[in-house]
Amino acid sequence: MSTVVDTTKDAKQSPDKAQPWKELGLKLEEYENIKEILGRRPTSAELAMYSVMWSEHCSYKSSKIYLRQFGEKVTPEMTKNLIVGMGENAGVVDIGEGWAVTFKVESHNHPSYIEPFQGAATGVGGIVRDILTMGARPIAVMDQLRFGAVAHPDTARVVHGVVSGISFYGNCLGLPNIGGETVFDKVYQGNPLVNALSVGALRHEDLKLAKATNPGDLVILFGARTGADGIGGVSVLASETFDADGPSRRPAVQVGDPFAEKVLIECCLELYAAQVVAGIQDLGGAGLSCATSELASNGQAGMRVQLKNVLLRDESLTPEEILMSESQERMMAIVPKESLKAFTAIVEKHEVEYSVLGEVIKEPRLYINWGDEEIVNVPPRSVAHDGPVYERPVLYPTWLDQLNRDSVINNNLRRATEASELSEQLVQIVSSPNQASKSWITDQYDHYVGGNTALAMPDDSGMVRVSEETGLGVAIATDANGRYCQLDPYQGAKLALAEAYRNVASSGAVPAAVTNCLNFGSPENPEVMWQFKQATAGLADGCLELGIPVTGGNVSFYNQTGDVAIHPTPVVGVLGVIDDVARRVPSGWQDQGNNIYLLGITRDELDGSVWSEVIHDHLGGKPPIVDLKGEKALAELLHGASLQGLVASAHDLSEGGLAQAVVESSLRFGMGARFWLNEILERDNVDLTAALFSESTGRVIVSVGREDDVKFFGLCEARGIPVLRIGVTDASEKLEIQDVATWNLIDLKQAHSSTIPELFG
Amino acid sequence: MPKIIVEVMPKADLLDPAGKAVANALQRKGHSEVTNVRIGKRIELHYENTPTEADLQAAEQIAADFLSNGVIEDVVNVSVEH
Amino acid sequence: MKIGVVTFPGTLDDRDAQRAVRLAGAEAVSLWHADTNLHNVDAVVLPGGFSFGDYLRCGAIAAQAPVMESIIDAANGGLPVLGICNGFQVLVESHLLPGGLIRNEHQHFICRDQKLIVENVDTAWTNGFKLGQEITIPLKNGEGGYIADTETLNRLEGEGLITFRYSEVNPNGSVNNIGGLKNKKGNVVGLMPHPEHAVEPGFGPDTAVAMRSGVDGLTFFTSVINQLVNA
Repeated sequence: MSTVVDTTKDAKQSPDKAQPWKELGLKLEEYENIKEILGRRPTSAELAMYSVMWSEHCSYKSSKIYLRQFGEKVTPEMTKNLIVGMGENAGVVDIGEGWAVTFKVESHNHPSYIEPFQGAATGVGGIVRDILTMGARPIAVMDQLRFGAVAHPDTARVVHGVVSGISFYGNCLGLPNIGGETVFDKVYQGNPLVNALSVGALRHEDLKLAKATNPGDLVILFGARTGADGIGGVSVLASETFDADGPSRRPAVQVGDPFAEKVLIECCLELYAAQVVAGIQDLGGAGLSCATSELASNGQAGMRVQLKNVLLRDESLTPEEILMSESQERMMAIVPKESLKAFTAIVEKHEVEYSVLGEVIKEPRLYINWGDEEIVNVPPRSVAHDGPVYERPVLYPTWLDQLNRDSVINNNLRRATEASELSEQLVQIVSSPNQASKSWITDQYDHYVGGNTALAMPDDSGMVRVSEETGLGVAIATDANGRYCQLDPYQGAKLALAEAYRNVASSGAVPAAVTNCLNFGSPENPEVMWQFKQATAGLADGCLELGIPVTGGNVSFYNQTGDVAIHPTPVVGVLGVIDDVARRVPSGWQDQGNNIYLLGITRDELDGSVWSEVIHDHLGGKPPIVDLKGEKALAELLHGASLQGLVASAHDLSEGGLAQAVVESSLRFGMGARFWLNEILERDNVDLTAALFSESTGRVIVSVGREDDVKFFGLCEARGIPVLRIGVTDASEKLEIQDVATWNLIDLKQAHSSTIPELFG
Repeated sequence: MPKIIVEVMPKADLLDPAGKAVANALQRKGHSEVTNVRIGKRIELHYENTPTEADLQAAEQIAADFLSNGVIEDVVNVSVEH
Repeated sequence: MKIGVVTFPGTLDDRDAQRAVRLAGAEAVSLWHADTNLHNVDAVVLPGGFSFGDYLRCGAIAAQAPVMESIIDAANGGLPVLGICNGFQVLVESHLLPGGLIRNEHQHFICRDQKLIVENVDTAWTNGFKLGQEITIPLKNGEGGYIADTETLNRLEGEGLITFRYSEVNPNGSVNNIGGLKNKKGNVVGLMPHPEHAVEPGFGPDTAVAMRSGVDGLTFFTSVINQLVNA
C-alpha cells in the first residue's frame, strides 16, 4: 500500500494548504489556535488528533466550567476516603480493610440509536475497560436505559437491540448485572439513553494510573488488532491523501468482542499482579490519539511512537485512520524495559497480541512517525488537557414560568372520589410501563456469576461482597427523573441524588461516593445550557450537603429528537459501603405478623408524578421538595437499625409513591399485608390520592419483627424521625388497603409482570 | 485468494430455532411465499496456493471432524472456490 | 481430596466452582487449558462460561484443547467429571456424553432459579440426593436446548441416563425436559444449571425461608467427595 502522508516537513513547507478543519468539527479560532501552538499548520494526522480530542465528547469543553464545582464544593471530611478523584479514568474510594473500589457510569447514547446492539454492547465494554485500567478486577455492571414511547413502532427495535447487546457483552464478560432502570418517554424517541455503570475492587497497593513518567519505559499496545471501527467522521481526511474509494467504506459503528475483552481482563490482572506495568490506559473514544497524549500529558513527559508498528486488521488504513480508530478491546501499557520479558510471557500465555510502539521520553513532546516520516509533533498537554473551554450562552427558559404554574392543583386535575376508582388507579399505575416489572429485561442478564451478589434487582440497590473473609461489600443505586428535571433542573438533580442515597441506605449500606452521567440536549441551545448549569449546581450542592463526593462521571450532550431536546436527565449513582453483606436488608417482607412502618412525612406533591403522567398525561408544576438534612437523618436511622438487626425489610418511596412501594414489597416474596391510611391522612393532612400516590421524599417503609417493635420505635423517636405504624404483614396472599380495596397478590403480580413481555416479548 | 468453501447446515430433522424465528419474521413482513427458513454456516479456508486434491480431502476431514458436529449438523458442501 | 477446575480462555464460573469445591471440603486445583497435566486430581469440573467465545459451536474449540485429551482419557478410565453449562457443551462435543445443545427455543439468554428433579442418584455427583428429589439450581444460558435423535433419546430414557429433568418450567426447549445426563458408568455427569451458584447461604437462590439461602448445589460436590472417600 502506498500512502502519500502529510508530514511535519510538508506542513512547514505548505502553510496555506486548505484543510478540512470545519468538516472535522473545529471552529476557525480553534484551527488558528492549533497553528499558534505548533508554530505552523497542523499535519493531516495532527488535525485529526486535535479535532477528535477537542470534540465535545472528549474534551468536555462546554461542561468543564460547571463540572469544576464537583471538585470545588468539597470539604476535607468529604474527601478523606477518596484515593483517586475526578479526572482519572474512574474514581477510587477506600472502603476499609485495605480494599478500595472504583466505579463510574458512562453514556453510549448516539451509537445505540444507530446500531442498538453494538452500541449498547460496546458501551458496556468501554466502561468495564475504564475500571480495569485502574488496576481493579471488575465485579459488577448496571445499566440505565431510556427509550421512546412504548407504542411507537421504532421503540421495539431499539429495546431489543440494546437489551440483547448488554446481555451479550456483560454475560460474556462474566460480570453480574446487579441493577439499573428502564424508562419509556417520548422525549427519548429519536435519542435513546444507554448509560452503563461498572464497579471494580482492588487492594490499595494495586492501584494503577494512566501516566507515563519514566523516560525509557516502553509504550506497548496490546489486545485486539486495529481496524476501521468508528472512524466515520475522520474519513474525510482520506480524500486529502490518496484513496478514491476510502471514505464510503468506513463504518462509524464500533463492533465489540466480549471474549477478547474477557481474555484481556484476565491478562491485565495477571500483568498487574506481576507488577510489570508502570502505567496503563484503555483505548476508547479517539483511540490511539487519546491514549498516547493522555499517558504522556498525565506523566508530564513525552513519547516517541512508530505508528507502523501497530498491528492492523485492515492493511488499507491510513495513518490518520489508525490514530482515530475506535477498535475495541485494546489497552496501552507503559512497561519498564527490564519488565518486558515478564510482560511478553504473560500476554503470550493468554494469546493476546501486542506490539511495542515506542518509548517514553523526558521532553514533553509527542512524536509520531510513519516509517521514516514524522507525521505528528505536538505538545501532548495541548491535545489531552488544554483543549478549548467554552462559556456557552445561558438563557433562562421563559416557558418554564408557565410550566411551573401549570401544577396539578392549579389545573384541578381530577382525583378519584370512589374507592373503586382509587383501586383502579393503583393497578393502572403499577402496571404502567415505567412502573411495571422489568424482569423480562433483567432475566436476560446473569446476576449470579462471581458468587458475590448479595442484592440485585428488584431490590433497592445492587450489593456485591468484596471480601470473602469478612463480608465487606458495596451497594450501588442509580436514579434519575427527567420529568422532575424538566420542571426544575436544580431540584431535579438533588432529587436524583436523594433517591439514590436513600436506596443505598435502605439496603443497609452507608453512602460514600457519587458518580454521574449527565444526559442533556444541545449545548448550543442556551436554554439547555441553563438546565445544565442548574443541574450541576444542584448535584454539587447536594453532594456537599450530604457529605459525599463526586468521584467522576460523564457528560453526554446533543441528545435531541430533531430540534427537541430530551428532558434534562442527570443520572446519579451512589455507592455505599457495608461492613458485612450478611446484614443487607431486602426490599420486601418475607415473614408474617410483622409491623409495617412508614418513616417520613407525606405532602400533597403530585406534580411530575407517575400519577399525573399515567392518569392525566400531565407534566407541570414543581417537583417534590428535597430535604437533604432529613435524608441524612433517615439514612443514619436505617443504618443504626440494621446494625441492631431491627429491620426485616426496607423499601424507599419514590415514583408511584406509597402505592407502588407497598405493592412491590408484597410481591417481592409473595407475602401479603393489610394497611390503614387514616393516620397518614390525619397527621399529614392529605387526602387518599396524595397518601397513595404523592412522591414526597425522605420516606421509607420498613417491616419490623414484633420482638423489635419497641426498640425500633424508640430509635425513631430518639432521632426525631416521624414514624407511623401503617400496616401488618400476613400470609393471606392478599394486599388490603383499608377504605380502598383488597387485591389478590396473584392478580397484582399478573398486572405488574405482564406489561413488558406483552409489549416486547 | 485461493479458498475452499465449507457449508454446514443443521440436520434436516432437528429443530432450527434461529431459522424458525426468521421464518416467522418474514411471515409477519408479508412474505407468505417463503414457507421455511434454515440457517447454516459458510466457512472459508484460505490457502497460499490453489488447493490441491489432497488439500480438498484434508478439508473434507476437517469439515467432518471439527467444523461440524455430526450429531446436530451436516456438511453440505466442501469445494474449491475459483 | 483434590478436585481440578479447568479454565479455558473465556471460562467464567471457574472461581465459583473452586469456591464450591472448597466449601464442600476438598482442595481446588486450577487446570489450565493448554496443560495436559492433570496434577493428580481425583475429579474434574468443567465450569460454565463462553470458552473460546462460543465460536464455531459452544464448547467445540475447548473440546480440542490439550487438557481435554487427558480428561477424556481419564474419564474413560473412571475419573469423575462434572460438566456445568458450557462444561456440559464441552462434554457433548468431546463425545463423553451423547446428544447436542442448541440455542434456547425462545432465542433469549435466560437467568432464572430452576427447579430440577434428580432422576438418577447412581452417579459420582448425585449420590448425596434422594431419588426424585426436587432441587432449585440457578440456570443461566442462551444455548441450553438439549437435542438428540429419537434413537438416542430412547436409549437415554431406556437406560435411565437422564439425571436431571426440568420441573415446572422448561426454560430452553430441551427435548423431554432433559436438564442433564450421565454416562453409563455414572462418573461423567453434565447439566445446564449451575450448582456452584447454590452453595453458600446468602448468595444462592431465594427459598421460602429466606432470601438467597438455597444451597442445593453443595450436594454435587459433597457427593463426589463422599464417593472418593468411600471408594
